Amino acid sequence: MGYDSILNWVTFDNPVNNAFYPFEVYNVPYDIGAKLWELLGGTIAWLINLLIPGNGLSTWLVSDAVVNAFAIILMVVVIFAVGFIVNLTMIWQERKVMGRGMDRRGTKIGPLGYLQCLGDGLKTFMKENVVPKSIDKKIYWWALALIIGTAVLAACMIPLSDRWFIMDYHAGILMVYALFALAPFFILGASWAQNNKYSMMAGFRAAELMISYEIPMLILMTAVILQTGSFNINSIVNAQSEMWFMVPQIIGFFTFFVCAVAESERSPFDLAEAESELVEGWQTEYAGMKWGLIMLGDYFRGYVCCGLIVILYMGGWLLPFGYGGTAVPELVFLAKIFAVFFFFIMARLAIPRVRIDQILNVGWKVLMPLSVINLLLVVVMQTGGLI
Amino acid sequence: MPDDAMIEAPTKTDVEALIKGKFGSKAVFRQTTKKNSKADNEGRRLYIDTDRDTLYELCQYVHDRLNFEHIIAVTGVDWVDHMQTVYHITNYLTGMVVEITTDIPNDDPHVRSVSDIWEGANWHEREAYELFGIIFDNHPKLERLLTPKSYEFYPFRKSYKLRGQPDE
Amino acid sequence: MSELSRTGYQTDKMWVTMGPQHPFSHGLWTLRIKVDGEYILDAEPEVGYLHRGWEKECENRTYAKIIPMADRLCYSASMTWSHLYCKVAEEALDIELPERAQYLRVIADEICRIQSHLMWLAALGTDLGNLTIFLWCLREREFFLDLNVRLCGQRLTTNYPRIGGVRNDMPYYFERDCMRVVDRFENSLWDIINLTDESSVFVSRLKGISYLTKKQVANLGITGPAMRGCGVDYDVRRDDPYAAYDKLDFEVPVLKDGDAYARYRVRVEEMFQSCEIIRQAFNALQKIPKTAPYRLKVSKNIPAGTHMAHIEDPRGDALMYLVSDGSGSPYRLKVRSPVFVNVSASKAMLDGCRIADIPAVMAMIDMCLGETDR
Repeated sequence: MGYDSILNWVTFDNPVNNAFYPFEVYNVPYDIGAKLWELLGGTIAWLINLLIPGNGLSTWLVSDAVVNAFAIILMVVVIFAVGFIVNLTMIWQERKVMGRGMDRRGTKIGPLGYLQCLGDGLKTFMKENVVPKSIDKKIYWWALALIIGTAVLAACMIPLSDRWFIMDYHAGILMVYALFALAPFFILGASWAQNNKYSMMAGFRAAELMISYEIPMLILMTAVILQTGSFNINSIVNAQSEMWFMVPQIIGFFTFFVCAVAESERSPFDLAEAESELVEGWQTEYAGMKWGLIMLGDYFRGYVCCGLIVILYMGGWLLPFGYGGTAVPELVFLAKIFAVFFFFIMARLAIPRVRIDQILNVGWKVLMPLSVINLLLVVVMQTGGLI
Repeated sequence: MPDDAMIEAPTKTDVEALIKGKFGSKAVFRQTTKKNSKADNEGRRLYIDTDRDTLYELCQYVHDRLNFEHIIAVTGVDWVDHMQTVYHITNYLTGMVVEITTDIPNDDPHVRSVSDIWEGANWHEREAYELFGIIFDNHPKLERLLTPKSYEFYPFRKSYKLRGQPDE
Repeated sequence: MSELSRTGYQTDKMWVTMGPQHPFSHGLWTLRIKVDGEYILDAEPEVGYLHRGWEKECENRTYAKIIPMADRLCYSASMTWSHLYCKVAEEALDIELPERAQYLRVIADEICRIQSHLMWLAALGTDLGNLTIFLWCLREREFFLDLNVRLCGQRLTTNYPRIGGVRNDMPYYFERDCMRVVDRFENSLWDIINLTDESSVFVSRLKGISYLTKKQVANLGITGPAMRGCGVDYDVRRDDPYAAYDKLDFEVPVLKDGDAYARYRVRVEEMFQSCEIIRQAFNALQKIPKTAPYRLKVSKNIPAGTHMAHIEDPRGDALMYLVSDGSGSPYRLKVRSPVFVNVSASKAMLDGCRIADIPAVMAMIDMCLGETDR
């Protein structure tokens, strides 16, 4: 047998032709994952083949099934990595914009201060793990893990375009929202487990807040789904190719914005961690890296909220006024997310904290009627044939 | 004018006349000798010495009849052979300040508390108690305020020497 | 009243301790509150963590050495305290201040008042959750601290008044700088007001909570802007004038509403009035010859007697009572701090409020622990 070139083993062919290809359309992270595996696995297979020519392990390593399996794993890693970097960029954006709004620099390290978050993450990572003695251990650790886990899961389920998704589920938007809405339970658990009066009070407040603001959000989502006719995220975005849903559902847009700010526990609705009243609120006893992870989870939820706003009301990855798709729809989507997040930051800059009873008043007495009015308008416009 | 109506903004002569009329020799007026004090010259200060049995009545009279609504401070002073409490009370409408001084014997350091006339005197009396040992009867909560609860001495008495002060 | 049937243990009302280490308490003190869910039933402040025995220490020092100590009574409004101390010593010596010194003291006091109120507004912003107010107010405050530096060399604990006058005459550029700062401040305060008064969230946090009636305020001994926000029209600068205040024409802001929002408005309006006072004082100073004396020589010993003086501190009515015995040290020097009495009225102020209102209401007193505990 002659010298087997590596190119026999590392062939970058179209992943769609893979016998086990799980999706219906071309999926970029899968492609990246498949290519990465072919590079890695193909090299290993070639090396083994050099030593032991004609062995079964090498051919098995580059067979369709194995490529598919590893491509899926690496696809998830790629999606998470991109989500993570987008999240870090959002944190950088927040710190910079808030800093400039307050007449100070914001972040400092790196070009335009971009690497500050990395530095802070490293510092938080090296902190001592302090755990109080009289906590409820199971709930303490499980609630923490689940809060962060569901936040990251929901964030990864938001597609960046029609070819960047984990799963093109036919009830995709419900899936994202279901994971997102699990948070109040874990917050209650976490606040109970800490064995601390303040944390418990804060946990009640946070759970109250989130539960009362989820309802207007659901009603508004129903209006959008009604207009689209499907729960699928792709369909929702494609239905906005002529006109963004922001235009007929303008009331819904602003109401959803307020609800999103409340749901991601940001100022002016951040009473659960109202530093000046209850120290850190329900995160009081979570010290060091645990707090760092919770904060990261909070930003992931903020990312999910922005993503939902962009998908539901701002046309997802399509350009306005019917220009349709672009070459890199992911970048369009991300640009829109950053634009929406800018307004989240503006709300935090200018408005002080709202009191719990005032928040509940606004949620139940103002936002819910508005969302029902929005639904009514959509139904009327649809039956009237306007949209 | 009826006998117990409140005078909203009494002048200095009014106050002197009314208090002298009611308390006679029990309330002794100290005359001020300052030439350059603006407040004294414009009639906004009054200094009264009284004994501790008439103190409560005098304070009540000054509050109810003469509209001195605001007690600024209650001070304790330690003159080694006796103690003293000093009350500064203001009338909002005229800006007048009345200073009432009461002597208290060392062996029986009790005086009636005025915190049921003016609630603002509450913490002042607690402070005078913990620093001088003057006991205010009928005070709602006479406990230590500024010093730790475990202190058993009265720091501001002259018998308590600071470090660095020469012992006699 | 809910009780566990087995043990009779009360389960709904609990005493919560806020402090001594707590982000909202600017200074070291504890507030114990009895809560029923979110509502406050009873409140008990505990102070004394910073008690230094200031009054006793004064008996050990000569009269001149007490002036820097008086600065440290309230470290954020130090000029008014040393002014008060010098005033009581001047009452005891029975001297009249030269005119130039009077106006300089007025200007220094008003700068101190503006700077202290800006610090209060910054703290109020943080307590309510808006950090932008904090940074913008501190930025404005820096200009006034710079003025302090130009006048006497120190930013905070200024040590500027002396018994008989002031430490030094103002430098030749001081009037120009001060006018620049005041002109700029009157505009930039409107920026900050846009963040506070124009924000309905801010106003709704403060409006309608912690009502106090005039009678309550007078009885409890609450003084200062907290009192004027409840309708009591009394200001020591106008009603019992000292220094050059009777020659100046200014308004005392008084609001009748009695809630926390009124107390906040009074303080903001006071800042504008202080700017007016500074302008008028400089106009008056221009008519006094530059070589006029700013400090009198006084004797080291103060004749025996009892003397009192009170001024309008940014936080309220501050009084000092001096018992002198003819020697070079005081026999007894009593300090009455406005915050001491204001904080003792916490129960009345927090009546019917929620826990979330505590920072807003307590910020209206503008706690400064140095003068509370002495």
